[in-house]
Amino acid sequence: MATMASRHTAVVTLPTDTQILITRDFAAPRHLVYKAWTTPELVKRWWAGQRGTMKTVDIDLRVGGKWRYVMDTNGGFEIAFHGEYREIVPNERIVNTEVFEMPGASDSDAALNRVTFTEADGRTSLALLVETPSKEVRDAIIESGMEGGMQEHMDLLEEVAISLL
Amino acid sequence: MARAATTTDAFNAVAEPRRRQILDVLAEGERPVNDLVQVLGLAQPQVSKHLRVLREVGLVDVREEGRQRLYRLNGRPLKPIHDWVKGYEESWNERFEALDDVLDELKLEENGDGDDGE
Repeated sequence: MATMASRHTAVVTLPTDTQILITRDFAAPRHLVYKAWTTPELVKRWWAGQRGTMKTVDIDLRVGGKWRYVMDTNGGFEIAFHGEYREIVPNERIVNTEVFEMPGASDSDAALNRVTFTEADGRTSLALLVETPSKEVRDAIIESGMEGGMQEHMDLLEEVAISLL
Repeated sequence: MARAATTTDAFNAVAEPRRRQILDVLAEGERPVNDLVQVLGLAQPQVSKHLRVLREVGLVDVREEGRQRLYRLNGRPLKPIHDWVKGYEESWNERFEALDDVLDELKLEENGDGDDGE
């Protein structure tokens, strides 16, 4: 059964001063979205988008388990994030903390991410609610998205995907 | 933890779904408050309160015409919000497009297996 490779769009809203909500639909059942979200070798293939490559993806998927992602950016520097899993309902929901590792950042700056996967008709709606400790942290996270190099389009990744078929 | 007021700037003013709804209605043209009351199905005091917030941040302008006050959208304060959130949204779009490619491959693997795990 061939599915049209339709292009979807992420929607970002700011429900309160300290929250960011990111929603997106995927043309795949939720157990696959969950798998791609939680399997290190798969996360390595999408998490950096086109902004770099993933150097490290450590996932200890259990309550109290830690995660850490390190990306080599196209700009030649590394950025790293880490956190801890707080709640895991396989294929349904993951709650974890997230800290952007930079000088002066501490775990008290951690955001709490709640990602939910909802399936209907073989498609999955993903909602990622980011709860930050303050409006300042929330705003800093939004601004971090503007730094990345997003000039080029998805040609490279599409080529890679086609070569894997 | 105390939350900051949600009405200090345009960013926060549009965080409220009802206020976004008001802006959507006004995007179609100038309206008196009664029209908004009808479209939104809210009591007038609530609508007036939302309109006050939107006026304070410059998203809505008002003018008198006879005995009516007509409200209209002023989109200019929305531009920086759009630009600000857009960059972040774009980074997630990139990431999710790469995730789409991973998912396409996972689907093929699952279907190609001849084993649906049943």
